[in-house]
Amino acid sequence: MTIELALFYLLSAVTVGCAVMVIASRNPVHSVLFLILAFFNSAGLFLLLGAEFLAMILVVVYVGAVAVLFLFVVMMLDVNFRRLREGARLYWPIGALVGVILLAELILVTGGWAFAGGFQTAAPIPSDPSVTNTEALGRVLYTDYVYLFQIAGVILLVAIIGAIMLTLRPRGALRRQDIAQQVHRRPQDTVELRKVDTGAGV
Amino acid sequence: MAIPLSHFLTLAAILFTLGVFGIFLNRKNVIIILMSIELILLSVNINFVAFSAHLNDLVGQVFTMFVLTVAAAEAAIGLAIVVVYFRNRGSIEVEDINLMRG
Repeated sequence: MTIELALFYLLSAVTVGCAVMVIASRNPVHSVLFLILAFFNSAGLFLLLGAEFLAMILVVVYVGAVAVLFLFVVMMLDVNFRRLREGARLYWPIGALVGVILLAELILVTGGWAFAGGFQTAAPIPSDPSVTNTEALGRVLYTDYVYLFQIAGVILLVAIIGAIMLTLRPRGALRRQDIAQQVHRRPQDTVELRKVDTGAGV
Repeated sequence: MAIPLSHFLTLAAILFTLGVFGIFLNRKNVIIILMSIELILLSVNINFVAFSAHLNDLVGQVFTMFVLTVAAAEAAIGLAIVVVYFRNRGSIEVEDINLMRG
């Protein structure tokens, strides 16, 4: 057994174990932490495959942003999570049935499957071994896939605006500056001149 | 390639199944369902990258980046909806989400 294979078995075993704990854990905070560990181990698997840039992206985006977002939401919401687990006993037999069938089918398909002889992808972009994975990926992404790259940026922008619009709530107590109102104030409306008798007061 | 492709495909299949099973198991908790969807997307990414490395074709890795983008956007919007829903109804049970009578 080569060291790569041993590393693969270690990383994939931890990943699968973490995935099990994500869905089986009673405490959602533990679920999120196991999800983070699963992503870390998947990043290791990506490194084994030679996709260094994606491995780092996985750590930065998933562990640094998405998982922390999950953690924030889980901790912010005051939910009785035990009550949410109540139906699990009811649902797990049918879930396990569907899961076993799905897994058996997927493994049957992927296990006994091989490329046909002389197989070739339609328009392969082979990675140049003289440059790093990041540079090769950048060369492809900014030339052949630049439109998709822009669309990905637009998707993220829509996500930003959508998330802010959804969660922003107007606060009644806040007193904001209304410039139009300030400009439209007239002296007649706001200033009153009164004749005050001496010693009488207003 | 020291590691055969079928190993990665089997791992991705197991992760995908666990994600689907998680949706069944935690039918009430929206947050765990979102995490299960993340697991499913992760398994798809593993498939993409494994094929990309096996076929020496970078397109798979490019697509993995787009999947990551969409997954991040989906998580952000989904969690925002969960927060707004919790603010309005005080619960995140899936069975309570019936305002639209769907």
